[in-house]
Amino acid sequence: MSVKSLRQTVQGLLPSLTPVRFVAEDGTRVARPSADYTEPPLEALLEAWRRMVLGRRFDTQATALTKQGRLAVYPSSRGQEACQIGAVLALRPDDWLFPTYRDSVALVTRGIDPVEVLTLLRGDWHCGYDPAVTRTAPQCTPLATQVLHATGMAESLRRKGEGGVAMALVGDGATSEGDFHEALNFAAVFRAPVVFFVQNNKYAISVPLARQTAAPALAYKGIGHGVRSEQVDGNDLVAVLAVLAAAVEHARAGHGPVLVEAHTYRMDAHTNADDATRYREDDEVEQWRSADPVDRLETYLRSRGALTDEDVAGLREEAEELAARVRAGMNADSVLDPLELFDHVYAEPTPQLREQRAQLAAELADTTQAQED
Amino acid sequence: MAKVTMAQALNTALRDALREDERVLVFGEDVGPLGGVFRITDGLTRDFGEQRCFDTPLAEAGIVGLAVGMAMGGFRPVVEMQFDAFAYPAFEQIASHVAKTRNRTRGRIGLPMVIRIPYAGGIGGVEHHCDSSEAYYAHTPGLKVATPATAEDAYWLLRDAVADPDPVVFLEPKKLYWSREDTDLQTREALPFGRAAIRRAGRDATLIAYGPSVPVALAAAEAAAADGIELEVVDLRTLVPFDDETVTESVRRTGRCVVVQEAQGFAGVGAEIAARVQERCFHSLAAPVLRVAGFDIPYPPPKLEHAHLPGVDRILDAVDRLQFADEPDTRHLVKGAVA
Repeated sequence: MSVKSLRQTVQGLLPSLTPVRFVAEDGTRVARPSADYTEPPLEALLEAWRRMVLGRRFDTQATALTKQGRLAVYPSSRGQEACQIGAVLALRPDDWLFPTYRDSVALVTRGIDPVEVLTLLRGDWHCGYDPAVTRTAPQCTPLATQVLHATGMAESLRRKGEGGVAMALVGDGATSEGDFHEALNFAAVFRAPVVFFVQNNKYAISVPLARQTAAPALAYKGIGHGVRSEQVDGNDLVAVLAVLAAAVEHARAGHGPVLVEAHTYRMDAHTNADDATRYREDDEVEQWRSADPVDRLETYLRSRGALTDEDVAGLREEAEELAARVRAGMNADSVLDPLELFDHVYAEPTPQLREQRAQLAAELADTTQAQED
Repeated sequence: MAKVTMAQALNTALRDALREDERVLVFGEDVGPLGGVFRITDGLTRDFGEQRCFDTPLAEAGIVGLAVGMAMGGFRPVVEMQFDAFAYPAFEQIASHVAKTRNRTRGRIGLPMVIRIPYAGGIGGVEHHCDSSEAYYAHTPGLKVATPATAEDAYWLLRDAVADPDPVVFLEPKKLYWSREDTDLQTREALPFGRAAIRRAGRDATLIAYGPSVPVALAAAEAAAADGIELEVVDLRTLVPFDDETVTESVRRTGRCVVVQEAQGFAGVGAEIAARVQERCFHSLAAPVLRVAGFDIPYPPPKLEHAHLPGVDRILDAVDRLQFADEPDTRHLVKGAVA
């Protein structure tokens, strides 16, 4: 490879020096947005805003349900709506999404019933929705393992030749895991149509980014694997959507994987069980409050004359209806059959599982009998 | 009938599976043009193309994780882990995803895939090349675990594993790769997946073995026969599903049982088998169930492996401890007492 073509290759992989941004914290359009990306059409932004308001309301409702004991645990997405919603809106319904436990707002945006989204966290079953129908993998709790699954799925989609793309959502902490790097490497070698979308929310539970990596940005982790990379302001929905749409298009066109790092912030603690005041200052949280992705997009859309007070009020009403539906769904006691525990270990239960099923059935019958007596 | 090695039988099984089902893919480290370090995938890339049998980057978690995604995408991956201890980086993928995806998705997504692992010792390999890792996999619900001891079983168990709707960890005893036998692979005489085989019938005691220990158990039975002791040898073939029926029936008939495994004994598969036999055959037993296993040490260096591996003598010592010669057969009295 000549020095000239080597330089071109390297430059083609490198992210922009600063995160791509279209809209500033105060909701005004930045003076010189990246020339490499096109601002999405207004209708797409309005749809995204609608989804963000609904997503935030879902998130605050889920958090409230933990306080009532209806959810065992909930990792909040508040502050990360632009990332999660931008990710889903950049995909076609027949593309595949590989989410983590924090990406519940993405799943609601994907059109999955909110009650089914919360099945995992409520403690009913590990995955409430049908991954094959929704083209959405189960929410992944181990870190970065699903990034490899997305790569495998992308390779399957490439072989089928129907132009399908897979997207893996992953957090900043998970970029330290081996599976993350193995996935980038495999995807690059196979030119698999996969987008790795890192939501860098600055903390892996309590460990800040500076203790996670010495890289100038997580986006630079792509270049060593030969993966085209980009970084984006993760609280600017316009930029997230523009960058991810381009990344998905790149993968769909057969040019190989893309890594996108979004700089965002988790406004709440890691989960409701975590005390974030032990590892971060209020000042920092307040600073990010002024970068809020929902407010920012609303201000921007109003400045473009695309939103009226009436629109906003109408959507708030819709969001309350969603919250009421989630509450009603979660407050209804779920009916679970303990004998189903044996049904999904193997396609056909082993003789031992059949014996254990019979044992549990007898125990349950005894309990019922005792209650009736 | 033709003489075939276990290695050839495995190669033929992969070949036939690739030919019959276009969803089947073979991948891993060095499985392409090289044909695998043990040549199990020899010629597959040449004959089926690199879309069907291909080399991957060197990363075991990556190989298994990729296979998970591809199985979700409708393929049937058969991946090779090259050597037993090399599979450990993939253990999280195997335990947390391969084993659990059907369960996590409440039955909506199964993962029909096979993880082939050349395992166990007896070939003079250096460290990390001779581990007996079957207990890790057998202890993980959601996985099936197969381990052939004959060329015929190598063929049919692998064919069954590839066709299985669930993930199978397929443990290939390295030291048996080159053992030859007369068999016609095209005619199915092998038992179904999940059934144990009685390799030698006997009335005095049951030896339960699997994988690399089966030929050792058979040699011990041969030696015991010279002393007039008839040992029955049960080859489990699959550890999961476990064939309680065949094992129980045999031990109830013989009244004595020795479990033979090459792996270290503590918390191993043999312990599980001994417990099951004790629970199910207690009233038929004339002696405690004994285990003959490797010592509880990391796999030793090649020049010392002979001291570790259970051989014929160690098995015969255990058979002696079952006290045939100097004790009358009291099984019928025990049965009578119970009745």
